[in-house]
Amino acid sequence: MSGRRSRSRQSMSPSITDEQINDLMAKLQAVLPEARLGINHRVSAARVLQETCSYLRSLHREVDDLSERLSELLAMADISGAEAAIIRSLLM
Amino acid sequence: MESKSSTTGNRDNPNRNLHGSKTMMASHFLRALFRIQQTSTSSSSAGRSRRIRRAAYASMAYSAGTRRAWSRALLRKLRSRARLRFPRRLSRAATPQRRDMDQAQVLRKLVPGGPSMDDCKLLEETADYIRFLTTQVRLMQTVMDSVSS
Repeated sequence: MSGRRSRSRQSMSPSITDEQINDLMAKLQAVLPEARLGINHRVSAARVLQETCSYLRSLHREVDDLSERLSELLAMADISGAEAAIIRSLLM
Repeated sequence: MESKSSTTGNRDNPNRNLHGSKTMMASHFLRALFRIQQTSTSSSSAGRSRRIRRAAYASMAYSAGTRRAWSRALLRKLRSRARLRFPRRLSRAATPQRRDMDQAQVLRKLVPGGPSMDDCKLLEETADYIRFLTTQVRLMQTVMDSVSS
């Protein structure tokens, strides 16, 4: 195997192999929305981590926001009536 | 729902694990929502939003079970009734220091159980945590859309 370094890893512990890092970084990149890193696969480890942190923060904020909106909704509409509709759309 | 994983058949397909979990997540979250609607009054709207938020993280954690460090950490926090808090943004005053700061350290604070993970584990757990988080967010959006219509 060519020990080709495709990512800088000064922020990672030295006991992990380059291959392991690349593999894990690729898996992480795969769960980030494409718009954040572009189609270009050659993104530095630091950039992937940075975007991951940013994305995680936005997801946490979304949970907070949706919780508030759902709270308002529960005060107005009876969700047991919408149960069938919800399950139907979840199964689609 | 788009699949983010590669389609190599002989590798562990993370979305396979997610499918069964999605159903669990949905039923757990919906049951919690019904309960919250039944037991909350008009004067407790802030409390209701906090309960819904808690139910969201509980659904994620229960559907992931104990096989993941992040879900185990979340379950511990939920059971001890501890506050579920995540860092909101980088503090501006600390910016010069932050640039040198290990990005992995920043990430550790955002993933449940992060502080006790080594770098390898952190990356793995983060990818899994993000998958479950995005599923939960989509679930909440679906409930919003279904009830609003």
